[in-house]
Amino acid sequence: MIRVVLPQHLRTLAHVVGEVQLNVNGAASLAAVLDELETRYPMLRGTIRDHDTHRRRSLVRFFACGEDISHEAPDLSLPEPIASGAEPLFIVGAIAGG
Amino acid sequence: MSGVRVLVGTRKGAFVLTADARRREWKVDGPHFAGWEIYHVKGSPADPDQIYASQTSSWFGQIIQRSSNGGRTWETPGFGREASADGMPKGESNKFVYDGVPGTHQWYDGTQHPWEFKRVWHLEPSLNNPDHVYAGVEDAALFESKDGGVSWCELSGLRKHDTGRKWQPGAGGMCLHTILLDPANEKRMFAAISAAGAFRSDDRGETWKPINRGLHSEYIPDPNAEVGHCVHRLAMHRSRPNTLFMQKHWDVMRSDDAGDSWREVSGNLPSDFGFPIDVHAHEPETVYVVPIKSDSEHFPPDGKLRVYRSRTGGNEWEELTRGLPQQDCYVNVLRDAMSVDSLDPCGIYFGTTGGQVYASAYNGDSWHPIVRDLPAVLSVEAQTLP
Repeated sequence: MIRVVLPQHLRTLAHVVGEVQLNVNGAASLAAVLDELETRYPMLRGTIRDHDTHRRRSLVRFFACGEDISHEAPDLSLPEPIASGAEPLFIVGAIAGG
Repeated sequence: MSGVRVLVGTRKGAFVLTADARRREWKVDGPHFAGWEIYHVKGSPADPDQIYASQTSSWFGQIIQRSSNGGRTWETPGFGREASADGMPKGESNKFVYDGVPGTHQWYDGTQHPWEFKRVWHLEPSLNNPDHVYAGVEDAALFESKDGGVSWCELSGLRKHDTGRKWQPGAGGMCLHTILLDPANEKRMFAAISAAGAFRSDDRGETWKPINRGLHSEYIPDPNAEVGHCVHRLAMHRSRPNTLFMQKHWDVMRSDDAGDSWREVSGNLPSDFGFPIDVHAHEPETVYVVPIKSDSEHFPPDGKLRVYRSRTGGNEWEELTRGLPQQDCYVNVLRDAMSVDSLDPCGIYFGTTGGQVYASAYNGDSWHPIVRDLPAVLSVEAQTLP
């Protein structure tokens, strides 16, 4: 089970409170987590990454175990504490504008 | 008793303002979608309780919202009651993908730049089918949904027009901001793009022609070019769909041949720069504009917020000031932020970047603020309710 913390606006859009818990089959990569997230909450498609290219939206960032992993290859395995559910994966809106 | 509902899009959410036909006491409901930019909210003429909203964010992209109960509750079409038996959505209501390879348009520095979808500026529900709605987007293109906003297809004949490579963004982006549907000819529609100009289709949006003859824009290399004009807004009266009014970057214009030719009707306006333009609900020659000082000073001349009304279809304008601030006022009124109701007397509404929404229940003769302290207002649409 993987825990994901969404930014407030996406929690509202997906009608969720608190963390999202996902079961990801196979290796827990960022891409696999986002695939599962968008399957469970299809209204989030296009809000985190492009519908078709899956390119990250430029003002969305991913943090795992205190590290910004936004620029890492999405198919790389996530750190063990994320994969095991010990720590959540953070999806955040970049600090930009007012 | 009939009433009025005013749909307001702002930089930080949507608001629904309601009143009875006297339009004295107003109820303010909102914010809906708090924290998101709401570029436009508009109800269906065929079913006023079916309302569409463009919810957008630089962070999280484009969302389409729809209400089927006059704005009390909202849903993202295709993700709620339309979901299939297995719970999966039937549509992708926030997916706007250009038809084919998008190609390029002119960039600020004169080079070619790829078309990139950014947001929906304007939603125009069809005149007779609540589930049929058009969307004008940035980078400029026209989309259509025939299933209540569940899915969207581009009417790509507009973007693929031969002149597309010459279109360029204005300061606000390259937006398709105006869509007018001809009530007398269901095949005819008009669109306006900043900064490309006005366009007309006579075959339900499949093919388009630029309709900019008579426009003169000194700020572009060829002031009389076929495209490249920064049209800010078009307006039409339902009873005279061949007569169009235009607020251009500079100049207020008029056409009496469905856009085939234009003539200037700025007349005695203190400034002919501005954004919105609208027509009285019952008097097709009565037109309203809000003069703004200049393209580099987006506020009213002399710090006085004045609506100007022409009862002669242009050229002769009278200032309307009663109830509006006449000193130290430095707000702007954006292109989609003026609307009229169809009661008698006609109600006129506009919103400002300072967060005020002003109403006149008397054809513009006098004004009062419905609400003073909203976020910057992006759009105002009035609905007359039975």
